[in-house]
Amino acid sequence: MMPGSDTAAIETRALRAQLGGVEVLHGIDLRVRRGRWTSVVGPNGAGKSTLLKAVAHLTPHAGAVHLLGADMASMGARERARTLSWLGQNESSGDDLTVWDVAMLGRLPHQAWLAAPSAADYAAVEQALRATQAWEWRERALGQLSGGERQRVLLARALAVGADVMLMDEPLANLDPPHQAHWLAIVRALVEQGKTVVSVLHEVTMALHADDIAIMEQGRLRHHGASGDHATHAALMAVFEHCIRIQPLGDQWVALPRA
Amino acid sequence: MNAGPFVLHRQRRHAAVVTALLMLGSVLLLLLGTGVGSTGFESLFDLRDDPVALQIIRDIRAPRALGAWLAGALLGLAGAIAQGLFRNPLADPYLLGSASGASFGVAVALALIGTTPLATEWLTRLGLTSAAFAGAVAAVFLTLTLARGVQHTLRLLLAGVVVGVVLGALASLIMMLRPEVMLAMQAFMLGSTSFVGWPACALMALVWFVCLLVSAALSPLLDGLSLGEATATSLGLPLTQMRGVLVAVLALATGAAVAQTGLIAFVGLAAPHLVRSMIRSTHRLFMLTSSVMGGALLLSADTLARSLVAPQELPVGVLTAVLGGGYLLWLMHRRAGRPTLS
Repeated sequence: MMPGSDTAAIETRALRAQLGGVEVLHGIDLRVRRGRWTSVVGPNGAGKSTLLKAVAHLTPHAGAVHLLGADMASMGARERARTLSWLGQNESSGDDLTVWDVAMLGRLPHQAWLAAPSAADYAAVEQALRATQAWEWRERALGQLSGGERQRVLLARALAVGADVMLMDEPLANLDPPHQAHWLAIVRALVEQGKTVVSVLHEVTMALHADDIAIMEQGRLRHHGASGDHATHAALMAVFEHCIRIQPLGDQWVALPRA
Repeated sequence: MNAGPFVLHRQRRHAAVVTALLMLGSVLLLLLGTGVGSTGFESLFDLRDDPVALQIIRDIRAPRALGAWLAGALLGLAGAIAQGLFRNPLADPYLLGSASGASFGVAVALALIGTTPLATEWLTRLGLTSAAFAGAVAAVFLTLTLARGVQHTLRLLLAGVVVGVVLGALASLIMMLRPEVMLAMQAFMLGSTSFVGWPACALMALVWFVCLLVSAALSPLLDGLSLGEATATSLGLPLTQMRGVLVAVLALATGAAVAQTGLIAFVGLAAPHLVRSMIRSTHRLFMLTSSVMGGALLLSADTLARSLVAPQELPVGVLTAVLGGGYLLWLMHRRAGRPTLS
């Protein structure tokens, strides 16, 4: 284990969750190390999004979740919101709010009730909007943006929280290749600052850029290991029914469809 | 680049100017509504030496104009809350069954009072107002009970539809069994501002003020909700509690307006849409502006209703339906016709 990474950012024990009366998480024991980027991958319906929601306390669940060593069930909602930021997929977006107002919503957990935004809030919002290259549109309404532009604004909203742990569900949805690369840089910078990032990613090649990979299948954690490990690659190929192969390309790993 | 509090200078200033203009327009409309009568501005010129003219203006027209504005403001506010709460641009203040509840309350009251020989006009008025208010609020709470709380938006909407249909049917049944209440019921269902006096104005002003304060305080919830329930929860907002309070505000504002002026159509739906076509803002200012817009709408409709076919009067609800609906359609087509939304 790497030095300084012995505290778990997220630790779940026997985490179970249901969707519409059907159990979709069957007791997950996951330990996400601090200051690292972990990608969650798996076939459709493996329970990846539900896992992220259960960890973020956004869906009813059984079992324990610890966030930076503290039991989440005993944390206050605002404290939880300051420590953990969540970016969902296919959530409705406030078309009438301006880009600036949306990003400022990320500062809600830091603001006293009825208080005006502080200088720190303004600074965090500007930094987040600049980081996702959305600063230029700050006065435009979300409804006037394309899908990819909107995604960058929602990412800025999640960044503006300034939380130590970030959960992102399909953050690359609608992003073009330059902005996918840009997103990688943002995540790398976050991890360098000591933050922990957990992302659900569909693109296995993108997921292979992460430090660690958690592989899920049918509501269970199949494998959890470093993204460069041979065992991780073997588990990835197995979980996708050997329809992909993983090969080195320069200093990266890429997943290719098996011809 | 200059960050700080002035990053949104253009949008914020525009929204503030629109709101200020609407308020100024409301004041002018109040003066106009107070001045204009069935014979034009005649009574205004006779004011100095005609005590009757003075009395007409002071005791009838002024409270009526103010009452129309306040009822419209309550409906505009309720509409903005409903659309934010249910994240549906078609939501209106009557969504949770309050309109049918009020009709049912009035039908019951009319049927009961009709049989009492002691009932004076004043007592009838008071009885009807209370019955409408009680009916509207009770219907919303019935909806909440049937939906088992405020957690599920869809369940709440469906329960509201069920309550609306059932109470509406019961009100119709009462009308069938007691045909003598039919005329009074029809007047209530079309809406009218002609009975509003100073006490009613004071009551509506108080309710408006309280509702506006509470909704302004809870406006971050509506902003957060527009990004989805999960995102709102992840931001640490206590969804259930805040929703409960906002539903109560919705019921109170709608009940107060409906009790004094009957079922005014379209103001609650149209006012937030009109505001949305003019400004982009977070819900705090949006709700205030929608409310002022609702007041201006209903007051203009009321003044028109009194002067279009003077000395006769049109029911104001008919005018709001025609004007509000027409304008909304025009807005929709104007937007759809443009290559890009601006």
